[in-house]
Amino acid sequence: MMRTTEAIYKYLRPDKKFPHMWCPGCGIGIVMGALVRAIEKTELTKDEIILVSGIGCSGRISTYLDFNTLHTTHGRALTFATGIKLANPELTVITVMGDGDATAIGGNHLIHACRRNIDITSIIINNNIYGMTGGQYSPTTPMERKASTAQYGSIEKPFDICKLVEACGATFVARGTSFHAKMLDAMMLRALNHKGFSVVEAMSQCPVQYGRRNKLGTPMDMMQWFKDNSVSSPAFNKIPPDEVDEQFPVGVLVNKEDKEYIDRYRDIVKKAGGEVQ
Amino acid sequence: MNKRNEVLLQGNEACAMGALAAGMRFFAGYPITPSTEIAEFLSAELPKINGTFIQMEDEISSMGAIIGASLAGTKSMTATSGPGFSLMQENLGFASMAEIPCVVVNVMRGGPSTGMPTRPSQGDVMQTRWGTHGDHPAIVVCPKSVLECYTLTVRAFNLAEKYRTPVIVLIDGIVGHMWENIETPSTIEVIDRAKPTVPPEWYHPYENLPGGEITPLAPFGQGYRYHVTGMVHDRSGFPTLVHDEVEQCLKSITNKIKNNLHDIIDIEEYLLKDADICVVAYGSVARSAREAVNMAREEGIKAGMLRPITLWPFPRFHLEDIAGRVKTFVVPEMNFGQVYGEVLKSCPKKAVRVTRVDGELVTPDHIFAKIQEVSS
Repeated sequence: MMRTTEAIYKYLRPDKKFPHMWCPGCGIGIVMGALVRAIEKTELTKDEIILVSGIGCSGRISTYLDFNTLHTTHGRALTFATGIKLANPELTVITVMGDGDATAIGGNHLIHACRRNIDITSIIINNNIYGMTGGQYSPTTPMERKASTAQYGSIEKPFDICKLVEACGATFVARGTSFHAKMLDAMMLRALNHKGFSVVEAMSQCPVQYGRRNKLGTPMDMMQWFKDNSVSSPAFNKIPPDEVDEQFPVGVLVNKEDKEYIDRYRDIVKKAGGEVQ
Repeated sequence: MNKRNEVLLQGNEACAMGALAAGMRFFAGYPITPSTEIAEFLSAELPKINGTFIQMEDEISSMGAIIGASLAGTKSMTATSGPGFSLMQENLGFASMAEIPCVVVNVMRGGPSTGMPTRPSQGDVMQTRWGTHGDHPAIVVCPKSVLECYTLTVRAFNLAEKYRTPVIVLIDGIVGHMWENIETPSTIEVIDRAKPTVPPEWYHPYENLPGGEITPLAPFGQGYRYHVTGMVHDRSGFPTLVHDEVEQCLKSITNKIKNNLHDIIDIEEYLLKDADICVVAYGSVARSAREAVNMAREEGIKAGMLRPITLWPFPRFHLEDIAGRVKTFVVPEMNFGQVYGEVLKSCPKKAVRVTRVDGELVTPDHIFAKIQEVSS
């Protein structure tokens, strides 16, 4: 593996961008590190990579990395990414979204990108809260957990992001956490190499807006919780459903082949009598 | 007259054909009356020339997709109508702020809300100017005929590329659904996107160049790695809150339009030289207005017409000039007076309006009656 300092000089943007704006103890930097390490293991050049992000804490990743970067409107990263990928299929398009970004305001775009199986790699950083705007509850905030807009605890059932995208047709789905940084690298690398719509849900701690309000302890305590409750997908499937408490499966959850959207579109071009390039 | 080259076309079709002639190769849209024919036509034509058509999940995503495609270096367009245009405002603002060329066609129907999907209107004039939040530029072209649906769509692409900004083609439902025999122009001017003249390490996508020159937008993936955001940004595209950089950013997106009014604004004058009464009309209503002016002339009333072909930027200086010569402006519109308000700004107290909002066209008789009223 490339030495850390070399990777920093190669992939992070110099001048004016640092120090970053994430709070002390935030897990987003770990996820960003995993993404950089995964990209470094591919043959891709920085010029070929288009990194599209939404709005929120996770959306700021695009500012720090030295690719073609696009910081879009809230929830809309996948719509811009779809346009880029269709206009130039040679490019490698990666989107980075948060949980509110991807599954609330951008939920419609997410389910349709899955359905189309377009060759985009989506990283969804799930910290169970709207961090940047001050800790409001998101579609992944667990029941009864507190948020600045759920002062008495959330009464809404949370989304299971991986189940959602699987049901909608994503052909590669994986879940990791900020505790399992190296596993996250490996899953992102597989997602990048997968042809079709791939999703990596990266669970990440938000100690300031989520952890503090719910008395979850230090950032290390929150990462320890990830360690204690994550179960590899095959082992998780063996647990009887009524015995599942807070555990959740990690690892590659879906990996299947299906015709990719741009390949299908090329068939349309042929049918219409056009020349496929 | 040689009619061999003439084809019977619908306004919406002509708009789509104009887009193809201008080099548009990416369309994303969502079905909505009365603009859907544009998407239907392009879904058949774009694959034939290896262009891309996609029907997105809504108008928000359609707007996002065309901005993405444009950043990848492809001329792109979407088409919609009132409710869909409302949904596009968010990313339309993004395109203004991030200076991404693209074309949005709005075939107006009766509003507000779901309004009258199958009846025409001109109710979106102010929305094309101020629909998205914040101070931003707007270029809006407004055809009155099937031929102009073609030619002005070409012009919209040229303006978008030249000024690195979204351009709106504002068609009313009558013009969009009207059929006319037209001869598509054999030669048209097409402006393609300028390429950066500097190497990547010298490139700043939002650099203010001397003489008001606009920095070319480098397509993603060609070695010019840069950042694009909807946030206020510095010359390299990165978010900034430094006062000087904030002001520079916001001024440059509006000044590039303000400093080029002479190039952008397009008007048609009809019998205005000796006129006492000037009818200001646009879109399908301009056709009725022209007829009303002819009727007035037959009665010995010196009427003329000014037709803003570009609704925004509004031809204010032309109006001020005409205001010095005429006694009254008559402004017929299929709304409660959106352009009338702009006319008043240029020449207070001299304008009257003719409004119609029942989903029918303002007729020549209707306008002529008002001309007679103000001339007596």
